[in-house]
Amino acid sequence: MAERAPLEELVKLQGERVRGLKQQKASAELIEEEVAKLLKLKAQLGPDESKQKFVLKTPKGTRDYSPRQMAVREKVFDVIIRCFKRHGAEVIDTPVFELKETLMGKYGEDSKLIYDLKDQGGELLSLRYDLTVPFARYLAMNKLTNIKRYHIAKVYRRDNPAMTRGRYREFYQCDFDIAGNFDPMIPDAECLKIMCEILSSLQIGDFLVKVNDRRILDGMFAICGVSDSKFRTICSSVDKLDKVSWEEVKNEMVGEKGLAPEVADRIGDYVQQHGGVSLAEQLLQDPKLSQNKQALEGLGDLKLLFEYLTLFGIDDKISFDLSLARGLDYYTGVIYEAVLLQTPAQAGEEPLGVGSVAAGGRYDGLVGMFDPKGRKVPCVGLSIGVERIFSIVEQRLEALEEKIRTTETQVLVASAQKKLLEERLKLVSELWDAGIKAELLYKKNPKLLNQLQYCEEAGTPLVAIIGEQELKDGVIKLRSVTSREEVDVRREDLVEEIKRRTGQPLCIC
Amino acid sequence: MAERAALEELVKLQGERVRGLKQQKASAELIEEEVAKLLKLKAQLGPDESKQKFVLKTPKGTRDYSPRQMAVREKVFDVIIRCFKRHGAEVIDTPVFELKETLMGKYGEDSKLIYDLKDQGGELLSLRYDLTVPFARYLAMNKLTNIKRYHIAKVYRRDNPAMTRGRYREFYQCDFDIAGNFDPMIPDAECLKIMCEILSSLQIGDFLVKVNDRRILDGMFAICGVSDSKFRTICSSVDKLDKVSWEEVKNEMVGEKGLAPEVADRIGDYVQQHGGVSLVEQLLQDPKLSQNKQALEGLGDLKLLFEYLTLFGIDDKISFDLSLARGLDYYTGVIYEAVLLQTPAQAGEEPLGVGSVAAGGRYDGLVGMFDPKGRKVPCVGLSIGVERIFSIVEQRLEAELLYKKNPKLLNQLQYCEEAGIPLVAIIGEQELKDGVIKLRSVTSREEVDVRREDLVEEIKRRTGQPLCIC
Repeated sequence: MAERAPLEELVKLQGERVRGLKQQKASAELIEEEVAKLLKLKAQLGPDESKQKFVLKTPKGTRDYSPRQMAVREKVFDVIIRCFKRHGAEVIDTPVFELKETLMGKYGEDSKLIYDLKDQGGELLSLRYDLTVPFARYLAMNKLTNIKRYHIAKVYRRDNPAMTRGRYREFYQCDFDIAGNFDPMIPDAECLKIMCEILSSLQIGDFLVKVNDRRILDGMFAICGVSDSKFRTICSSVDKLDKVSWEEVKNEMVGEKGLAPEVADRIGDYVQQHGGVSLAEQLLQDPKLSQNKQALEGLGDLKLLFEYLTLFGIDDKISFDLSLARGLDYYTGVIYEAVLLQTPAQAGEEPLGVGSVAAGGRYDGLVGMFDPKGRKVPCVGLSIGVERIFSIVEQRLEALEEKIRTTETQVLVASAQKKLLEERLKLVSELWDAGIKAELLYKKNPKLLNQLQYCEEAGTPLVAIIGEQELKDGVIKLRSVTSREEVDVRREDLVEEIKRRTGQPLCIC
Repeated sequence: MAERAALEELVKLQGERVRGLKQQKASAELIEEEVAKLLKLKAQLGPDESKQKFVLKTPKGTRDYSPRQMAVREKVFDVIIRCFKRHGAEVIDTPVFELKETLMGKYGEDSKLIYDLKDQGGELLSLRYDLTVPFARYLAMNKLTNIKRYHIAKVYRRDNPAMTRGRYREFYQCDFDIAGNFDPMIPDAECLKIMCEILSSLQIGDFLVKVNDRRILDGMFAICGVSDSKFRTICSSVDKLDKVSWEEVKNEMVGEKGLAPEVADRIGDYVQQHGGVSLVEQLLQDPKLSQNKQALEGLGDLKLLFEYLTLFGIDDKISFDLSLARGLDYYTGVIYEAVLLQTPAQAGEEPLGVGSVAAGGRYDGLVGMFDPKGRKVPCVGLSIGVERIFSIVEQRLEAELLYKKNPKLLNQLQYCEEAGIPLVAIIGEQELKDGVIKLRSVTSREEVDVRREDLVEEIKRRTGQPLCIC
């Protein structure tokens, strides 16, 4: 370390020498010689280990939201929240972490993807993996038997990037759930109505909502001859039918998962079917399926659901699809998934799968797992996969070349001449006190051109220019940034004029 | 395990036997006998280790927000965000955790309060402790030299409850910061204007903003004879002057911290002073203080600041207070703290201290710690301590609630009353035939028949929703 200090001093002196020679415009050869000496000294110094190694990045799988991305996010959340509120949902929030034991045993194989906190001598904690288990914990903890709530927050999953290219580890979920013992299928229908309202309002293209039922799947697999132990793994094969052909799926089930070929064939007869309520009616007549009590329950409920969906005007968006078989960990009844009909390849894919932007279903047994007496609270809900929607909306806005403003400023308070900082400060303060969104440059004597350029870049529509003569006359020059037209406005009329020109309501209707 | 399964089966059968006897209304003695056998079997079974122990709670220091609390929170955030937007701030968001090395070395002694994530084979991570260090990391990472941004998010601190009764470990911060090389004190003045606008709009009572400057403190302690090594600890004593008397503070400095009594007296001459710009001018004439270059800089900037605050119309809310000496880790210039003038005792106290609801200052050296070339980006900002404000607003709203009870109301009407829903659109068979809906006001209970096609307009009209855009 002691050697280093004199070397650093030599480097500093040599650097000053070189700078001095350049200033004096000494001969090129002389400068070159001295620069060479400087570089040699620096090379001797080597890497500076005492300096902090700067690793300037966010953790893997996470990202900052820039102002631009926040503007997109705000737009999307606004649509979603409006819809949730329109349906009378209350909102709650829960902590970002739960006691480790709260989350244990709820996610099956996915439990290995949970982020744990370090044991620092207190309780063992884990970051929440979704918003549904915290919801069930909240219901049980507060002994609630019915609530209609939404919750928008980030969740955390240590996804393996090899498996799931570019997937985020921290991402938003927008959940809506109805808990309570009600007459069948009414809340379930409302969930589907909400899903359709949101996806329509977001204008992200045509979509389709696939619907199925856990009991129909159970019954169907049972009558086809699938053993209970193979249920989950056969489900995951069947679910791939939206991406690959039946032949591939059959090969996987028979070749890799040891299913008898005739069982696979029987499954194939069912799961390749999809349609409207007529398919439900057809299956209710199916000789084998109608012998299965579970399947009958499921089919009956789906038939009722379709009646309600027709009254809600959304039956044309719904498809009863027997191959929908995923996310079945805690679902006990109807399950649904919304997919976009054009499916552009996306980086940072939403975890619900290619093309899927929302999903949900009925889960009547989850709250009971938290209640000491095992009291059940039936629940049905949905989750919107917003990360995917963010990128689609952002792309759409870019394609339209719509400028995304990141501020809402109505007017910049500017001055054309020097020594007018005080006047600018006075005026901007008056505007703020009147509720006008205004800014000023933090310079004592800014150039008018710089001030105008600031407005152009930020999309600020108006400039209020203070000038000495105008001050004497009691007016402010109000300039439109886009049209460049200027008009003198009396100071006392300025607030009204700004409001009028920027569409701010002058009064409440 | 096999024994257990057999035992469980016996318990089940015995349970069914008891139930059967009760259904058949067998003799009380017989039932009692069989129940005793059942209890004995269950006792043999012992505690059921396979059953999950239900610990229904949120982690220590954290809480859920019920719909009611969310309503309060939404109101408060709405006021704050409106103000930030009024001043032209953009908004950003950052991840809930950072690389451990990003947070290391930034918080001094408080570093032990950081939540670490378990090493699960990947990067070492920690939950963010504040929003300022992530902001500096964001600036350096994106090579930004100027931005005006706000950020509202939760932060995490493993506070020791013995120290800080009832303090939260997960709580919201609302930060506003201006980064960039600008002419002196203009952005600093705007931060104070924003603080005052927010605290006024929230209507949580009268408040005062104390202002001081790191350079004035440094200079003042230097001329009083405080050694550099004692700077931080003397600061923390001086800062207690808002809570305890000067005698107590002096005793602590001399008795516990080894300060010479005459040095303490010199400090006392200064730090008990507070006032407006006249105090600044007075200190600029102080024979000793005016010899100190740092103090002069600080005093000069404060004088300029007061001029701007007067133009902003908030000078009556500001007090230059030489005892303001806390939170000095990375501040390099002006520092400020807003306190409520009535200070009710609060549970879940806001971490900024008793009575304090907002704080901030200038910190010119932080971004440079992240930049590989040490390039500096000067910053000034503020943080609103909303948890404290939530409880104050919640209490105020409770006092305003009116209760109406009418046990004869239908369930639907009661639901409306509880939820505060103003109107009910009642469908009836006759009304359906007539093509009308009965629209009823929940509060006045007046009903009127409205044609179905006029219903939307009528609801909008009655609930103050704009019929058109002005």
